[in-house]
Amino acid sequence: MSSARAERLINLVLCLLSSRQYLPAERLRRIVPGYADAPSDEAFFRMFERDKAELRELGVPVETGRAPGLEAGEGYRIARRDYELPDIDLEPEEAAAVALAARLWDSPQLAGAAHGALLKLRAAGVEVDAEPSALVQPRVRASDPALIPLISAVQARQVVRFPYRKHPAVQPTARTLEPWGVVSWQGRWYVVGHDRDRDATRCFRLSRIVGPVRTLGASGAVRRPAGVDLLGIVAGSAEPPPVAHPARLWLAEGRAHGLRRHARVLGTMTLEGVAGDLVAVELPGHDVAARWIAGLGPDAVVLEPPELAAAVRARLVAVVSRSAI
Amino acid sequence: MAGATERLPRLLALVPYLLARPGVLIEEAAADFSVTVRQLRRDLELLWMCGLPGYGPDDLIDLSFEGDTVTVTFDAGMRRPLRLSGTEATALVVALRALAETPGVPGAGSVRQALAKIEAAAGQADGVVVGLTIREEAALTVVRDALEGRRALRICYYTPSRDTISERTVDPMRLLVVEGRSYLEAWCRSAEQVRLFRLDRIEHVTTLDEPAMPPPHARPTDCSTGLFRAQPDQRLAVLTLAPDARWVAEYYPVEELIEGEGGSATVRMRYAETGWMVRLVLGLGADVVVREPAELAAAVRQRALAAIRRSNHLPSHQTG
Repeated sequence: MSSARAERLINLVLCLLSSRQYLPAERLRRIVPGYADAPSDEAFFRMFERDKAELRELGVPVETGRAPGLEAGEGYRIARRDYELPDIDLEPEEAAAVALAARLWDSPQLAGAAHGALLKLRAAGVEVDAEPSALVQPRVRASDPALIPLISAVQARQVVRFPYRKHPAVQPTARTLEPWGVVSWQGRWYVVGHDRDRDATRCFRLSRIVGPVRTLGASGAVRRPAGVDLLGIVAGSAEPPPVAHPARLWLAEGRAHGLRRHARVLGTMTLEGVAGDLVAVELPGHDVAARWIAGLGPDAVVLEPPELAAAVRARLVAVVSRSAI
Repeated sequence: MAGATERLPRLLALVPYLLARPGVLIEEAAADFSVTVRQLRRDLELLWMCGLPGYGPDDLIDLSFEGDTVTVTFDAGMRRPLRLSGTEATALVVALRALAETPGVPGAGSVRQALAKIEAAAGQADGVVVGLTIREEAALTVVRDALEGRRALRICYYTPSRDTISERTVDPMRLLVVEGRSYLEAWCRSAEQVRLFRLDRIEHVTTLDEPAMPPPHARPTDCSTGLFRAQPDQRLAVLTLAPDARWVAEYYPVEELIEGEGGSATVRMRYAETGWMVRLVLGLGADVVVREPAELAAAVRQRALAAIRRSNHLPSHQTG
């Protein structure tokens, strides 16, 4: 931003803050330095519209209302009570907590927003330590491009539409959602709401939203049911805990430590001349277990159950037969 | 975060900031706003030209400079900073709420009080929830006590990249909670480096009598760009993943993902331990094809053949 423009905007803010009455654009053109340079009416109004938009984007509450007197018509002002950050008084430990919280985000937009908030708190006279030396530091990653648009839509209570790929093998479809909230759960982000196409409560994983999030209709159109438990909906729709299947395996001596952490040694056994242990272990579903065991190659061999042994063998055979082609 | 703050928000915050700190060092103000002293002086010069309609000498913002310090003598009505924007309030309130619910954060009472005060001033951030459910790992209590008491620890640690368990003495530095998982950040005396130890991979932990003494050059991990970064000296694999193996690209960091036919994807992935990559690829069976490197494809095939041969030696196979 040019210095001239920054100067004009600061003067505009000061002028609108100092006035109780709504000031018409024509008057602002005469009194705020910088507008007099506009070569034509059209150029001035373009300049003024751009300035208003910029201030509103920053969150400056530029109000519109009826100007009094001779210049009756639309005018502008900034109400001090809407503009100013209320008094805030943090104890040193509370300020340290705020500084720690501001470092939670592992996301350029949210980290930037938290930084902006700290700036304003400092300007309000709060001493926020920039480098907290906490023993515990939580971090939350928020890299999904859909996150910020969805947070904005949730806060504006606006309906959204986005392309969603439910499974990698299927084509994305457009989904229309009345968003109630976004939730971070076990390292993943979800949006929860009323799915208009399915006419039911649904949650969507943000990493599977494969295109831009668009808002539909007016702000304030979405009504969130009272007392809805957003985290509960996401946690409830997360996959159920895997059922444990007992298995018996042979593990080469001193190998497969990851598997051994979950196993109980029953005895020793030599296989193909290699010393090893006979172990009992509870494993998740056969697919996951077969992947795990096959990955260990000759260090792990399934004795029971036969379905698991067959699943492991199928994976190994697939590798050998493909690489032979 | 230097330079990330745009000029207009800074200009709006600067006068109230100076009002709250009469006679502040210009250098200190620049640091608080993450800008250079030169930039801050330019900002002050600009503000000096701004003021109230009339714009006479008594209407303009007035600053008095004394040595390296600055004081506002007339604020032209800019006494308080602007309210927090919706995103700013969300970023701070949601983070504080998450912090308040994280077990092990010292001073949870202060976090809750700060949250209440920020909410009162900035409004509540509805509709954004961060569930920082940390699993209550067995090692958590011992690690937390060692951090607070500044004691060294002896740990048996499982390293998945090598599929081994090793014993080491560490000097605890911090507990990091990232995406629901807890990590002990500590100086590892055998590696002579700062390392992160995932709590659920600590097999066994003992508190030692000796104090924790990370060397002065031990720096906390910079996790501003994520906990794990691919090292340039790591090896590179090119893998084609079938739809059922696409989770690999979500679970592990990949450098590049090219969509293929029928929902498959080809990814470039860095790895430090060949053994780890062989286990991953071997386990995926038919759902992955190794494009590069050839040595990886050969190692996978060799392990698969050895595994088939070994299972053929099972007693049940011999008896039919």
